[in-house]
Amino acid sequence: MRVLIPSALHSYSGRPWVEASGATVWEVLVDLDRRFPGIRFRMIDEQGGIRRHIRLFYRQAQVFDLAAPVSDDGELLIVQALSGG
Amino acid sequence: MSKQDAQPGQPVLLVATRKGAWLYHGDTARRSWRVDGPHFLGHIINHLVLDPRDGRTLLAAAKTGHLGPTLFRSTDLGRTWQEAAKPPAFGPAANGLAARAVDHTFWLTPGPAGEPGVWYAGTSPQGLFRSEDGGNSWSPFSCINDDPQYRQWFGTVQDGTPDGPKLHSIIVDPRDPWHLYFAMSGGGVHESTDGGRSFAPLVDGMEVVEGFDPADVSFHDPHCVRLCPGNPDRLYQQNHCGIYRLDRPGRRWERIGRNMPREVGDIGFPLVLHPRNDQTAWVFPMDGSDVWPRISPGGQPAVHVTRDGGASWQRQDAGLPAEQAWWTVKRQAMTADREASVGLYFGTTSGELWQSRDEGRQWECLARHLPEIYAVEVAYPR
Repeated sequence: MRVLIPSALHSYSGRPWVEASGATVWEVLVDLDRRFPGIRFRMIDEQGGIRRHIRLFYRQAQVFDLAAPVSDDGELLIVQALSGG
Repeated sequence: MSKQDAQPGQPVLLVATRKGAWLYHGDTARRSWRVDGPHFLGHIINHLVLDPRDGRTLLAAAKTGHLGPTLFRSTDLGRTWQEAAKPPAFGPAANGLAARAVDHTFWLTPGPAGEPGVWYAGTSPQGLFRSEDGGNSWSPFSCINDDPQYRQWFGTVQDGTPDGPKLHSIIVDPRDPWHLYFAMSGGGVHESTDGGRSFAPLVDGMEVVEGFDPADVSFHDPHCVRLCPGNPDRLYQQNHCGIYRLDRPGRRWERIGRNMPREVGDIGFPLVLHPRNDQTAWVFPMDGSDVWPRISPGGQPAVHVTRDGGASWQRQDAGLPAEQAWWTVKRQAMTADREASVGLYFGTTSGELWQSRDEGRQWECLARHLPEIYAVEVAYPR
């Protein structure tokens, strides 16, 4: 599936749109980390929590549960929250 | 000469800030400094440390306002950087305690001379970690991080500093790699004599905020603990509640800050020791009155030095602003070099880097307009 990477993480991906695969959001993030080592820990903490200023969207809806199923024809948007002014 | 080349024997100042890191390469006389930076522009760098064992490896504790924490490692003095494969991270829930996540790595300490590759790290919230591969992968000390008693001593987020409770001042006894100290804001000073398999509090004599019980370790707030390079049996401490000295094997801290000028007080964050003389220490007092403004008392910044183990203190402000200077110095942002006439350096919350080549008698500004400075270390690359 296509995954949109926020600018703060382009140092890992090198570009905004990348490909990753998985049956759940978590699996997509695991695949993303395999392709770009270290990127997941900057977004997801060691307990599986989405970090405070990171937002995930799949099919126009915000993702709160990383176990949520996804399919390859969807797009996962990862954005950094517009927090802090 | 490329911009990152360093000459052996010449000092380099490692400056970690709220918006990146800078290296200042000095000449032998410490009169001219060549700037190299920014590194990691926009990253919050809490600590930047050179491995004294190889004189080439740098570790940087980093995060950004929006991203999680990580560590970067360089083996060519900052020419190139690699991210740690496994940065400090807590384990899963254990001992019936809530699982925690590292917000940022705050403190880095190279291991002993005989254990190349070993590093220690302290985090916020309080956690102790160790690397055995030069900082590439890190393992938690579960005897601290997941211990029910230590969890109680950590207190809550509300008990820590405004940007989170911290484990800091990790010290390895240069004579004995099994003898370790660390401190926590808040949570006291702790010691291990078995290489970190177990720790115990070392807080006797330390005072706490009025109205609280000093027998409760969680109320103790050491800001900075240093071990004398010239006498590893002597420790100094700058605490939320005063300045202290401890001579081992004694276990009771003596409040030597009582001898500071009354109008200045003995509150502050950094404390720096002479590289050879165990009677000499420097502090940078801070206004800790009412709401804790965290600025220089009266807007008049000054270093204070003791040359008699804390029995007396002298003000050192020649060259510093005489008035209307409302900055202070954080706990990692002041350090000393190893020269015969010891050089002192501090970075301010207003982004200025100051230097003295004569043990604090005269000060001059080395750099201005940097971001808020979190840490300053002096290193000697090889």
